[in-house]
Amino acid sequence: MAEKMTGAEMVIQALTDQGVEHIFGYPGGAALPIYDALFQQEAVQHILVRHEQGATHMAEGYARSTGKPGVVLVTSGPGATNAVTGLTDALMDSIPLVCITAQVPTTLIGSDAFQECDTVGITRSCTKYNYLVKRVEDLPRIMHEAFRIATTGRPGPVVIDIPKDVQFALGEYYQPDHDTLRHQSYRPQVDGDAAAIEAAVDLMLRAERPIFYTGGGVINAGPEASEHLRELAELTGFPVTSTLMGLGAFPASHPQWMGMLGMHGTYEANLAMHDCDVMINIGARFDDRITGRVDAFSPNSRKIHVDIDPSSINKVVRVDVPIIGDCERVLAEMVRVWRSKTNQPRNEAIAPWWKEIEKWRAVNSLGYKNSDTVIKPQYAIERLYEATRKQGKDVFITTEVGQHQMWAAQHFHFDKPNHWMTSGGLGTMGYGLPAAVGVQVAHPDALVIDIAGEASVQMTMQELSTAVQYRLPIKIFILNNERMGMVRQWQDLLHGSRYAHSYSESLPDFVKLAEAYGGKGIRCENPAELDAAIAEMLDYDGPVLFDVIVEKDENCLPMIPSGKPHNEIILPDTANIGDIIDEKGRALV
Amino acid sequence: MNAHLQPTGSAYFITKETQEIERHTLSVLVDNEPGILARVVGLFSARGYNIESLTVSETEHGRRLSRITVVVIATPKVLVQIKLQLERLVPVHRVHDLTAEGASLERELALIKVAGAGDHRAETLRLADAFRAQIVDASVESFVFEVTGKPAKIDSFIALMQPLGLVEVVRTGLAAISRGPESM
Repeated sequence: MAEKMTGAEMVIQALTDQGVEHIFGYPGGAALPIYDALFQQEAVQHILVRHEQGATHMAEGYARSTGKPGVVLVTSGPGATNAVTGLTDALMDSIPLVCITAQVPTTLIGSDAFQECDTVGITRSCTKYNYLVKRVEDLPRIMHEAFRIATTGRPGPVVIDIPKDVQFALGEYYQPDHDTLRHQSYRPQVDGDAAAIEAAVDLMLRAERPIFYTGGGVINAGPEASEHLRELAELTGFPVTSTLMGLGAFPASHPQWMGMLGMHGTYEANLAMHDCDVMINIGARFDDRITGRVDAFSPNSRKIHVDIDPSSINKVVRVDVPIIGDCERVLAEMVRVWRSKTNQPRNEAIAPWWKEIEKWRAVNSLGYKNSDTVIKPQYAIERLYEATRKQGKDVFITTEVGQHQMWAAQHFHFDKPNHWMTSGGLGTMGYGLPAAVGVQVAHPDALVIDIAGEASVQMTMQELSTAVQYRLPIKIFILNNERMGMVRQWQDLLHGSRYAHSYSESLPDFVKLAEAYGGKGIRCENPAELDAAIAEMLDYDGPVLFDVIVEKDENCLPMIPSGKPHNEIILPDTANIGDIIDEKGRALV
Repeated sequence: MNAHLQPTGSAYFITKETQEIERHTLSVLVDNEPGILARVVGLFSARGYNIESLTVSETEHGRRLSRITVVVIATPKVLVQIKLQLERLVPVHRVHDLTAEGASLERELALIKVAGAGDHRAETLRLADAFRAQIVDASVESFVFEVTGKPAKIDSFIALMQPLGLVEVVRTGLAAISRGPESM
């Protein structure tokens, strides 16, 4: 039964048994036996990246758009350290990754050998779990256990560090079953407590000003969770808002959708959060970008919190009804319990609440002054959204980090989960381009667009070469304002408009750069020509770097300013944002 | 919660701690595997928790389980977080807050070296007897005592030895177990 093979072959065999079709990696001395095994098979396709950080973000994009784990293969030393940013990003955003790092032979560990680093030491705090495999006998068990840990409970990255001699060693391959896995201590709770779900539904049945506040947990729980959310929202008639990570779990075209909440969320979503009497948090974690001042956060509400991670409960905000469990299971149960108690939505009881929400909606907090001489970044995204709707293709959006990311979240609308990939928790500039590559690998026929800024995109620009090599027709839509726009906005807000190093100097000619890489470059600076240029980008069968020259000093609004509660949000018509924050605020971030 | 906030101009808010800090003894049952101690200690340093005392040893060889006894000083809210964060680590089976769960026994062992001659030697021996300290090494000018008990008892014995020629002290840190028939 058991088959003799080398450690390197076991790695490939385990990947095959786990159903892995694509891995993202970069070879090096210590990883060569695994690369040799990879060369001699066809089940697993390897995507050669240009930098290991790119491999981790590609795997994140792949994972987020498919619901499957992303797999990374890198060499020892610098290969492993370069992967650290992506691992941390995946940990913060709960993305399932399995990252295989090669290590120097066991006999050399600790001797400061060439390309040696303490990978398990370095990645201990940026992974959900990590392993150093010292014996080939342990390798099959560890490979399979790593996939289980990465994908279950609150998902996250797992590192497997494999010394070169273990890759060469012969051993017997086996597939462990759940009982023979080493860590019997690892048993995530997936079913919510029945009494707590009952209490939550009772609270919802009495609510007069309720709101659903949903997060990335709904997406991680699979597409069924989004269906249950929609069902529950329609059963109850309650409004729904979402965090940045949760966009798409509830359709943006739905009349109960309120837009994103938080620092750059809509006026209606934030005011509804502030004034609600029952808050139903499904798979979100009360991040500081959401709560603003904690003592002024939704002061008069009873709070229900569904989360698979017990340590998220009461970490930031004290809640009244905690429910530990998988969002999909808990939502399904909430639907069942609600149905058992009533067959009516609470339309009448919450009608005054909706009336209030309509008043807030009428403020049109995402409005902006358009121009016919210069392209407004919001306008560019709106036009992109309209153009992509006509394509008849599945559309996936990734972003970098900054103003363009928030504008994309505000002005691009998502009706399905797993179609929006962004770096939320860690805020990693340079995430979007490689993430788009990963998404396109998983969905070769889809339209994949990285909405980028000219500063962020330069952090991982070299992955354009990967896109060209594998004929991945990603579109990189750069909102080029020659600024690190969000930094510039904060300097206006907090630092007397002293723009310390927040400008993009010596920018490359992005059109020539695209051509140098073997892709297509397009530049557009006239609003009247934008639609035609977008059409040209979408029509091109190959990677495109689209340089949209936009208004340089546009502010990203609305914004809950520093240290203020939700009801003190800055709206788009504010003339001078520099007067809003007081002296003491400048000491903080 | 967080009743007092300093006026801030930031989305990050600096909260003034209003809860009293408490000392609690936690008992943590873990898989005995390489790196487990680094994982637990790393969690404390990464999240800014304070460790007062830490004792680790394998307690069930067959099942490769270790018990970690850790004394922490924190507010009640942070104590709950510490317990939940520890339980989140893959190789951690269970965490018990022995202080919160009621009656428990706490013991520590210390080896204490005292040097001296004449009257001091006689006085040292009388006190050692009163504290039920064992002599585990003796020379013409020194003793090494082994003393076990609650940390406070060891503290007072060390204080008494100070003027009598205390040379050095080594302590194991706290071992703790609940009273009654139940296991953790």
